[in-house]
Amino acid sequence: MKTKSLIVAAAAFVGLTISSAQAETLKFAFQGTLNTLDPYSLNETFTLSALGNTYEGLTRRNEKLEIEPSLAESWEVIEPNRWRFHLRKGVKFQNGNDFNAEDVAFSLKRLHSEGSDLAKRVNADVKLEIVDDYTVDFVLPSPNPILPYEWDTWYIMDKEWTEEHDAVAVTSASDTTPNYAALHANGTGPFKIVSHEPGVKTVYEKYDGWWDKPTHNLDTVEFTPIGSDATRVAALLSGELDMVYPIPVQDVKRVEDNPGTRALIGPELRTIFLGMDQMRDELLYSNVKGKNPFKDVRVRKAFYQAIDIEAIKSKVMRNLSTPSALMISPFLFARSDEFKRFPYDPKAAKALLADAGYPDGFEVGMDCPNDRYVNDEAICQAVAAMLARIGVKVDLNAQPKAKYFAKVLASGGYDTSFYLLGWTPGSFDSWNILDNLIQCRDEKGKGGAFNLGGYCNKKVDELADEILVENDQTKRDALIAEAFTISNDEVAHIPLHQQALAWGVRDGVEVAQRADNQFLFRFVTKK
Amino acid sequence: MLGFAVRRLMQAIVVLLVVALLSFSLFRFVGDPVNMMVGIETSIQEREALRERLGLNDPIPVQFGRFVVKAAQFDFGTSYQFHQPVSELFAKRIPATLELSFMSALFALAVGVPMGIYAGLNRESRLSKLFLSVSLVGISLPTFFIGILLIFLFSVTLQWLPSYGRGEVVKIGSWWTTGLLTWSGLKALIMPSITLGLYQMTLIMRLIRAEMLEVIRTDYIKFARARGLPDRIVHFRHALKNTLVPVITITGLQLGALIAFATITETVFQWPGMGIMFLQAVQNVDIPIMSAYLLLTAFLFVVINFIVDILYFLIDPRLRVERA
Repeated sequence: MKTKSLIVAAAAFVGLTISSAQAETLKFAFQGTLNTLDPYSLNETFTLSALGNTYEGLTRRNEKLEIEPSLAESWEVIEPNRWRFHLRKGVKFQNGNDFNAEDVAFSLKRLHSEGSDLAKRVNADVKLEIVDDYTVDFVLPSPNPILPYEWDTWYIMDKEWTEEHDAVAVTSASDTTPNYAALHANGTGPFKIVSHEPGVKTVYEKYDGWWDKPTHNLDTVEFTPIGSDATRVAALLSGELDMVYPIPVQDVKRVEDNPGTRALIGPELRTIFLGMDQMRDELLYSNVKGKNPFKDVRVRKAFYQAIDIEAIKSKVMRNLSTPSALMISPFLFARSDEFKRFPYDPKAAKALLADAGYPDGFEVGMDCPNDRYVNDEAICQAVAAMLARIGVKVDLNAQPKAKYFAKVLASGGYDTSFYLLGWTPGSFDSWNILDNLIQCRDEKGKGGAFNLGGYCNKKVDELADEILVENDQTKRDALIAEAFTISNDEVAHIPLHQQALAWGVRDGVEVAQRADNQFLFRFVTKK
Repeated sequence: MLGFAVRRLMQAIVVLLVVALLSFSLFRFVGDPVNMMVGIETSIQEREALRERLGLNDPIPVQFGRFVVKAAQFDFGTSYQFHQPVSELFAKRIPATLELSFMSALFALAVGVPMGIYAGLNRESRLSKLFLSVSLVGISLPTFFIGILLIFLFSVTLQWLPSYGRGEVVKIGSWWTTGLLTWSGLKALIMPSITLGLYQMTLIMRLIRAEMLEVIRTDYIKFARARGLPDRIVHFRHALKNTLVPVITITGLQLGALIAFATITETVFQWPGMGIMFLQAVQNVDIPIMSAYLLLTAFLFVVINFIVDILYFLIDPRLRVERA
């Protein structure tokens, strides 16, 4: 009998070792580094995406970016100003602690503490009331239909763990001692971080106690940052890595042609656009003195119609872009197909310029980043060449993002006349665009802080205020459409395109490419 | 000897101060660190508060003074990107860079010296001409190009060697890590070492060849031959020994260059050393890392120069005689 049980035990052991020998490891690389594990330190897509495998929010988004219940099982608006969230029971953090309403309250407090970069996920005047261990109410000063839209990346932390390790203060750059939470993670998600060397390597392991049924089949995930494009692609082609992103557009064909790898191309949510200084009485960088040509809508429209967006798409972006008529991705606004771009028409553009009093064009300086968006500098060069055809001489100043942003953003005093920028609405909602890019601002940047050109129309501002509190979806969409129609007709900005996402994947690896460029392991299967 | 050393030490401190000042004044032109530290939606008020907390609003001389006082105590502040003390980050990255540099130096010497001797002794042979052409390639091709060429040949096409990283590393003591003890670690070292050391190898080879040609013509070599000494002794004991003085100087200085300028090789091979960290720091305006790296580099060169000076003193009898 004893021998028999030994044999059974031995067989079981062998079975175990065999199954663990089949353990699936996913190795992937991204161009940037994961600098901190503190989920409130940096509002940046890659950081939040990498942490989204370990931490979870009250809500989450699926492959198609639709909102799903996560740590909250359900929620309802019980009064216009009061939202009730029913929390999931039986959820355990990776250290074994229970998840409950206290953790949500703690996370909200920490989210709003000094040093947090994600404080805007929940408005500062939203109050949280604990109803019972698994029910919380959010009390709002005014109705807000998009309250939980960004909560998929407001990650819930464990109160006891954070306090125990003295990590209640969010790590901010000015701190002299590193925060425990910057180097360790304890979430409720499908993977736990077992080792983390910033800028070198991060290793995840499957968390067996995850509340949801895993659809992935991974046991270990290894992340390495590889900054050099050529090396990143080579590591995929040589079979050392299972997945790399992004792939530079010029290498997409190479990855496709290589046996054993393929490129995944999809539209990204970010919209690339041009903006013009419409605020100053005289442009900082132009030969037109005493007046600002961009204050004239005809000049802005002439610029718009001078740009051959299809040529940019086919020549500069190698067809990896979707021309856009709006400042928001069509995925994020239901009525976006009603909007059309002004047609490319250099003759009409030239006539508009002549009407406005510039028959021979003028000179203008343009600011452009050269390491921020896909082929950003090349787009600016193409735009400069197209504007030259209608007589506008563009003096292009393309520089690295660190210098570019320091110059054109509020901290640099909006030091630009004509610029290229990209924007993804963090909430996946049009109001974010109106609030940040289109609303009026003053010289200091109060108002639409990223409305660098300072376009201003009070009517649009009023619409934005209505949109913020309108609970009815159809009415709300109508208001948004109206605001976009006005700002489009007045050429507040010149939208160009949504750039494409390009990921490289090894055959046998299935991933979900989300349009927000988040790479989540729970959607991965490996053969 | 002691006076000489003390004088040198004083000079070294002045050099370091000048480097610190120069690098510090450069940082005002690299961009705004606050923009790189926060997400795009962070409000202007919060950005301003962060600037204030970081002390970026203080006058430049105040910032510089604070930096020098702290640096003298080996406190280089906290990295803006990693939120960790810079000294700790460097301690973690130094082993990778040193290992790579020493392997490159070893490669440069082990290949460059014999090639140089051969080319010096058999200047007309075909092999010598081949060596010279190869060395031309090593000198003229940029490092990143050689690196990428090697990756596409040995990683993508042949799939023999890894294209990135250090492979598996073994921890020795509390902070040193080495890839020399594992198979994957050794394989990972091959391409980066060759890429980094190729320039030095060609330099050493050409130097030794030129020196050899020079020495072979001297009277004492002719005399040694006339005495009927075998070629082996003439070549290696008499000729080679006399070519080595300049080679030692160059090798010493080049070792400094290897450590300090491994930046590009580290970037191409994603080698987790100090160089790649510095490059990332530049892109992200991480001033504490940049200033610490520049100071460290200056310090390295000062130390190596100092050692080379002392070595001169010991090797070259003429210097000693003059001083005496």
